Amino acid sequence: MNVDLLFTVLGACVVGAPTLLLAVLGLTALLARPLSERAISRWTASCVIVGLAATVAILAAMLKTGARSVPLTLGDWVAIPQEHFHFHLKLVFDRLSVPFAILTFVLTGAVSAFAGRYMHREPGYGRFFLSFSVFLLGMTVASLAGTIETLFMGWELVGLASALLVAFFHERAAPVLNAQRVWSVYRLSDAAFLLAAVALHHATGAGDFAGLMGTGPWPQGHAALSPGQALGVGLLLLVAAAGKSALLPFSGWLPRAMEGPTPSSAVFYGAFSVHLGAFLLLRVSPILELSLWLCAAVVVLGLASAAFASVAGRIQTDIKGALAFASLTQVGIITAEIGLGLRYIPLIHIIGHACLRTLQLLRAPSLLRDYRMLENAVGGHLNAAGAASREWFPDGLRRLYRVGFDRGQLDEAIDRFVVRPFGDIFRWCDRMERNWTDFLSGAASRESDRIAAVAAVEEEV
Amino acid sequence: MHELPFPWLELCVLIPSVGALWVKFTRDPDIARSRSLAASGLALACAVAAWQTFSRMSTFEARGWWGPLVIDELSAPKLPLAALIYFLTNMATLRTKVREFSFARSLGSEAILLATFACKAPWAVAALLAAGTVPPYLELRKGRKPTRVYLLHMSLFVALLGFGQWLLMANHGPAGRATLAVAVLTAAVLIRGGVVPLHCWMTDLFEHATFGTALLFVTPMVGAYGVTRLVLPIASPEVLWAISLASLVTAVYAAGMALVQREARRFFCYLFLSHSSLVLVGLETATPIGLTGALSVWLSVALSLTGFGLTMRCVECRTGRISLSAFHGLFQHVPMLAALFLITGLGSIGFPGTAGFVGLELLVEGAIQAFPLVGALVVIVAAMNGLAVMHAYFRIFTGRPHAASVDLSVRPAEKASVLVLSALIVGVGLYPQPGVASRYHAATGLAGARPRDGRRQLHGEGRAGGRAESGIGRGVHRLLGGGLGEIVAAEGDGELRGQRREVSRMPRRRGEVDILRGD
Repeated sequence: MNVDLLFTVLGACVVGAPTLLLAVLGLTALLARPLSERAISRWTASCVIVGLAATVAILAAMLKTGARSVPLTLGDWVAIPQEHFHFHLKLVFDRLSVPFAILTFVLTGAVSAFAGRYMHREPGYGRFFLSFSVFLLGMTVASLAGTIETLFMGWELVGLASALLVAFFHERAAPVLNAQRVWSVYRLSDAAFLLAAVALHHATGAGDFAGLMGTGPWPQGHAALSPGQALGVGLLLLVAAAGKSALLPFSGWLPRAMEGPTPSSAVFYGAFSVHLGAFLLLRVSPILELSLWLCAAVVVLGLASAAFASVAGRIQTDIKGALAFASLTQVGIITAEIGLGLRYIPLIHIIGHACLRTLQLLRAPSLLRDYRMLENAVGGHLNAAGAASREWFPDGLRRLYRVGFDRGQLDEAIDRFVVRPFGDIFRWCDRMERNWTDFLSGAASRESDRIAAVAAVEEEV
Repeated sequence: MHELPFPWLELCVLIPSVGALWVKFTRDPDIARSRSLAASGLALACAVAAWQTFSRMSTFEARGWWGPLVIDELSAPKLPLAALIYFLTNMATLRTKVREFSFARSLGSEAILLATFACKAPWAVAALLAAGTVPPYLELRKGRKPTRVYLLHMSLFVALLGFGQWLLMANHGPAGRATLAVAVLTAAVLIRGGVVPLHCWMTDLFEHATFGTALLFVTPMVGAYGVTRLVLPIASPEVLWAISLASLVTAVYAAGMALVQREARRFFCYLFLSHSSLVLVGLETATPIGLTGALSVWLSVALSLTGFGLTMRCVECRTGRISLSAFHGLFQHVPMLAALFLITGLGSIGFPGTAGFVGLELLVEGAIQAFPLVGALVVIVAAMNGLAVMHAYFRIFTGRPHAASVDLSVRPAEKASVLVLSALIVGVGLYPQPGVASRYHAATGLAGARPRDGRRQLHGEGRAGGRAESGIGRGVHRLLGGGLGEIVAAEGDGELRGQRREVSRMPRRRGEVDILRGD
């Protein structure tokens, strides 16, 4: 078997395993033939193991052959040859994607094993793992994407899974409303990403990362853009990354997203989804290098997010909220590192942070029990962490903590300056339309005005 | 012109017509439903046969056995799509609704719609477009619902259509009369398409007619068909600019309105309006990529929004009219409907893996080629529609579960209808190449059908690099004044698109050069 064929087969396994998992769980749910908990766990474990094994095998083969970048073209998904329009499905295994893919499989495997027990007898067990499989596929595709369109596909899948899992406990209104907020930010982020992708495609005639970033393997490469183009496209990508990674001013959604089950919080907001923005910036790092202003924007945004999260995290009253802001602090620092031109350090930082935060989030539900065990072992109360450092802050700086009380009032600001004016304008238009149709009809024209908020369920005759 | 070897087109029209009469004189509603399913099923089979026969003929168009009926690359997939929409809507009509929903009238309107798609001659298309407005009016009258809003708008539409056709057919005089004819026809088809501010008939129809009737009247997007058959072949760039601008404004307006609606039918209406307007925006881009995207989005939106509407209709059968002000908690009762609602809703916004994804990409690509701001607005509209879809999903299916005294689970007929559409949405999404190739052929045909004058006008202002600029781009230049417009064009062309002139000089790079050369 030659090396190329080996890479092709293994690459197909890496993406094929999560695809198969999604197909199995999705079809069985859609056809009302739900699998048992045990079957779901086994399917998930098997697909994760196959994917991980294939990725590790690719890594071993790359090390053996000395290849630093292995592109794998799965073919043209759509092609209009007369217009030179091609939508390639392409994967690339390089120093950025392989570690990320391995991390994806390892942590999702661990979390899914945890979830298999944590979610036992939960009514939405199947629904949880279905969304989880959407996430796994999205994350795998995003990590290994060799074209910006492929990355966008993975990006969107991760966003959908995230929103659905935030709303997992959908019997209560709060998780659903928070999920809606998360989805709103994601849609904005997706719009920015799509615009950047089309602009890149348009400016360079290529969506392929090899074409965009030059032929050097990551992190070497030179983007085929002018500094002005790099600034424009880079800012769009930065907005996309900020939305996905909860950087300012979109930080409000991250603590809200903790409404979801602990395993999903761990894997999304400890491990992957929150780092996807940073991953995007790493992937398009040759574009950042073309514009000093862009790098400066990345650094400023990262540091500001880190500072804000550091302050806000200190006054959170629940563990998941505190961990959310702790996560954001690190993501902000990682972003700043990327803006400063570092490449491997942020990657290592992401990997280490993802592992630590996943562990912390998985342990979060048993935090109080852990504390009591420690106190029993110690024989007394534990010293409150950071008490000494609080005394070192002068009064003036302590007021900074007020910034964190309402999480910087970022959501309120968005509601006040964006959502409410938008809603007011269109509700006014709706009233005008009602007046117009009432005038034309000569009477009240809307039956829908008489509908109760929650109608009684009618019985079928 | 080639001729189809079998009268499939004639059968497509005849079977539902005869079926309408057959069902009209059937007293028992259940038997009426069965007969209408048989008739619409047969019509679907004939439409599919017509499409497949035509595909094998390797020709751009073929005529039927009876004079005006023609099938071409544009209408070939629309015939089975329209027939499928009617068949599945009839199938998903539950027994609770058979007394409200007239199957005879549905078959009658199906016959008119299929005849519309099977015609190319402007006079025939215009006559059928006018005839198609009658069945919903009859339903409103029979149900003693307010008809004024609908009647006023459709009367205006029919009057403008008739006047425009008359002007065109009597056009032996000055060129001004032809321009007036085009403007009048454009206004007519835009009213039918629901362009703002003359869209209130659509929301009124959803308010007062049955959901099934309203759905069948709008989802085939006959207004867009009217634009492609009646206006595009003869319109000047200024007219295309007007269509594009009106459609863009409608798309943005409707997307915003969808987000603030408190009732599900009105929400659906605005969501549909937004998507259908994007199709018109894409049609105007005048590039093969943009046209291909528009035609692809046309099919995907028709499929997915029909599925979305049918799912919503299924929910309405259980809860009555759906308020979006509160949570209904229906997931526990109808999880499959929730899943299908999500699939069809995401399909309508072009989510990856669904039928609309590649079409939207092509449409955005084409729009950005024409004018970047248009492309940006298309993306923003898609994002807003995504918000609206998830908002509706959360309101309908999440929340404290209702305690119901009867089994609310989805019935086999409903399941089959929505599953078929979902399978098509996902299937076409995963394997889009055949559809895109077919729409590209249709797009090149559409671009070739435009008069050389129009193309010379696009070309004649001496733009460097031979970039095909859409009507809306030129319109913005005029609005801003020549000098400022040039600056805007230059800046717009500058950093982000600076390499496009390089790109567009490459032979056959984006198809713009093809159009300008009249290839």
